[in-house]
Amino acid sequence: MQVLDRRLNPGGKNLENRQRFLRRAKAIVRQAVRHSSQSRDISDILEGGEISIPARGVDEPRFHHGPGGVRDEVLPGNKKFAEGDLLPRSGEDGGGSGQDGGGADGEDAFRFILTREEFLDLFLDDLELPDLAKRRLAEVEHEGIRRAGYAVSGSPVNIAIGRTMRHAMGRRIALHRPSPQSVALLEGKLADCADPEGRAALQSEIAALESRMRRIPYIDPIDIRYRRFENVPKAVAQAAMFCLMDVSGSMSEHMKDLAKRFYMLLYIFLTKRYRHVEIVFIRHTDRAEEVDEQTFFHSPATGGTVVSSAFEAMRRIVELRYPPEDWNIYAAQASDGDNSYSDGELTAQLLRDHILPASQYFAYLEVGDADERGEGAASRSSLWGVYDSLRAGGLPLSMRKVTTRGEIFPVFRELFQRRQAGERVAS
Amino acid sequence: MSAGAMERLYEGADWDFPILQRLHDACEDVALSELGLDLYPNQIEVITAEQMLDAYSSVGMPLYYRHWSFGKHFTQHEALYRKGLRGLAYEIVINSSPCISYLMEENTATMQALVIAHAAFGHNHFFKNNYLFKQWTDAEGILEYLNFAKGYVAQCEERYGHAAVEHTLDAAHGVMSHGVFRYPGKKKLDLRGEEKRARDRRAHDERSFNDLWRTVPLGPAKSMTELSLERRKALLGLPQENILYFLEKSAPRLLPWQRELLRIVRQIAQYFYPQGQTKVMNEGTATYVHYRIMNRLHERGGISNGDFLEFLQSHTNVIFQPAFDDPRFSGFNPYALGFAMMQDIERIVTDPDDEDRQWFPEIAGAGDAMAVLRDIWANYRDESFISQYLSPRLMRQMRMFQLHDDPAVKEGIKVEAIHNERGYSRIRRELARRYDVGWSDPNIEVVDVDLVGDRRLILHHHVVNGRLLAEGAARSVLQHLADLWGYDVLLREIGPADAVLKEHGCSPKGTALAA
Repeated sequence: MQVLDRRLNPGGKNLENRQRFLRRAKAIVRQAVRHSSQSRDISDILEGGEISIPARGVDEPRFHHGPGGVRDEVLPGNKKFAEGDLLPRSGEDGGGSGQDGGGADGEDAFRFILTREEFLDLFLDDLELPDLAKRRLAEVEHEGIRRAGYAVSGSPVNIAIGRTMRHAMGRRIALHRPSPQSVALLEGKLADCADPEGRAALQSEIAALESRMRRIPYIDPIDIRYRRFENVPKAVAQAAMFCLMDVSGSMSEHMKDLAKRFYMLLYIFLTKRYRHVEIVFIRHTDRAEEVDEQTFFHSPATGGTVVSSAFEAMRRIVELRYPPEDWNIYAAQASDGDNSYSDGELTAQLLRDHILPASQYFAYLEVGDADERGEGAASRSSLWGVYDSLRAGGLPLSMRKVTTRGEIFPVFRELFQRRQAGERVAS
Repeated sequence: MSAGAMERLYEGADWDFPILQRLHDACEDVALSELGLDLYPNQIEVITAEQMLDAYSSVGMPLYYRHWSFGKHFTQHEALYRKGLRGLAYEIVINSSPCISYLMEENTATMQALVIAHAAFGHNHFFKNNYLFKQWTDAEGILEYLNFAKGYVAQCEERYGHAAVEHTLDAAHGVMSHGVFRYPGKKKLDLRGEEKRARDRRAHDERSFNDLWRTVPLGPAKSMTELSLERRKALLGLPQENILYFLEKSAPRLLPWQRELLRIVRQIAQYFYPQGQTKVMNEGTATYVHYRIMNRLHERGGISNGDFLEFLQSHTNVIFQPAFDDPRFSGFNPYALGFAMMQDIERIVTDPDDEDRQWFPEIAGAGDAMAVLRDIWANYRDESFISQYLSPRLMRQMRMFQLHDDPAVKEGIKVEAIHNERGYSRIRRELARRYDVGWSDPNIEVVDVDLVGDRRLILHHHVVNGRLLAEGAARSVLQHLADLWGYDVLLREIGPADAVLKEHGCSPKGTALAA
């Protein structure tokens, strides 16, 4: 007999089967993921977790008997029945157990656990950062370096030691450079030798070897090789995402929560789908500041509302760090729609003259309280009015109104849906 | 019988590989000298929980071709296991030579002893000696064949695309339970030969390929004479209950690789066919063997009292049979029924009473329990085993009764028989019938097809006791069948006196056909 330890064998034998299963059930699973993500907190979305899909979609049909017909059943554990007793069918009294064990019709939902990666993949499936490649992909070429063999000249940091030593050794062997061992051997003999004639002969031999060693160096400049690098152009679609949010006093906790959720979705989406995306968080009250992510989402602030301050900050940052020739710029703004009365004109002008020309895409998310509903209320807010007139002028501007948590995800999807070629982004 | 005392085999719950070796050797000693078992060489493999889950989803086999349904089972088992709703089996054993038993690494030393005695000796003996396994499975060739199947399916996927292969396999899986021969044919299953056959055929195709044949003009189409129904049936070997076999041989529009896939599914179904018919006996044998071995080891001092209590506890859990009104009840527990019957037979052989002498004259008081049991293990399956050896005493012990549910009787379900003098044979017959696959699986066969006419495939389901097929499932399977067959398929449910109770028809969608 033989005992084998299989524990160290590579696991995940069923990974491929599992992926096939997910692929097959993709449509249903995707729906289930959407459904479950609505009832979850955003931070939980990142965790993956249990999904339940209707069993119909993935069943494996077999011929088997349906219900009905004459059935006989043998059961253990008789307590009080005598031959010939009649048990009422609907009764609880044991009669109900006369079911065919092979039927297996009870299962109506199929539950299983998705990993975080699988969950996000499905969650963000068919969303896309709009027009990412439109502007600069062809020209924005980033020089990357690549190994390209060896060279005889180069910078000392790039010396290829292995290659150099190989050449040196080849040369030493070819030119018969004496090895230190042979010199040491002769010196040993010299120490042992008492005969003066022999000593002289040995000494001259040693001198000859040593001079030969000096003439043929251990490493010669011609041995040295350098690692060679080549510059290769790499096309990079780089994008900067600006998150603008109003954190003024008029924003209730509920509104902030909605906005945060929207940005979190955006954040998950961006970090998942695009590697070369930089995100800038700008929050504003009556003045704007660039903050880190933590502050942006979590730290409180109060004050009035001047939207143009945020645009001004964004314009400055774009000029400073993200020249529109090199970066695809996306911006998403969340606000309750309030703006100081005098600021409307300035906001519109900044948006029209600076922000929109620089941006690929600008989305405006108006958050409202849960009790106000419908576009009627939205259209009266001062920002909405300003933006609406801009949009009517044909500028690429997307705007949506959100009042409850449940709407966040559909709106997000709507804004970032993968579009057919030729379809305009602005809506 | 070597009854001498022995060294303690292990201390505490931890085990290591020398302990496994000692346990195996001690079990082997008891198994060979005392129980007289006849075994395949053993191979014991230690695996992790994750690997156990892997094995679960491929029906316990160490390798299998790829298919989404295994992934489905895997995710399901995984979800249940992770939530702690279900534990994993302590072992899985494979009917192959050498007989491979998987042991979980989490098991305690006592559990490993139990599992080795159960799987590596009990199941092993049963696999090697039972006539069904001898007749239907090729223990030496199965692993190689599965390896071939896996490779072949992967190759097909590369050549013909995932979708086409998946569709064919889906369809084949749908009728897998109707892809076995129920009666032994002329030659023994030879899986190595199978593999070689497929390889040779492919090689021959490649060697003899000549594009010129394509250009040779064919003669005018032969006019098919109208064959008589009898003749037609005889030519196609109808009626045929092995649907997969029929499709493989006769479906007009299948490509060679699709036929080979059907053949693979059919061979594997045939390999598993005996296991479905011997659940009670197989588990009963293994449980009886581990119980005997563990008791003997304990008697000789190889297992300490405390560890033996641990064994007894798991053993009792395994053979627990809830009563019908217990919420845990889900039919007869094959371990419980099998073990109880084996013990009962042992009692009948060694210490019979008058009732036993009357019911089992040929074995009552025969003296050598192991000889009788070995004979039974070799020559019966569940159905015949129960109908022969379920004793009145056991029926009384388990308080069995029979219900008769006839929808025509409006008052309710009738208690047909209970564990009394009048009921014994009836209960025994009825219980045995529950284990007869010919009775529990729907009896469906291919009866007719007109290859010259509309090529409609006609199947009959012989309805017994008015039990019709489940509508939805039948429709889906028929769709699969139609896709494979390439033309319409009609399933008639035939009641008593050849009355057609119901008809299901289906037309192909054409997606299964790659060409």
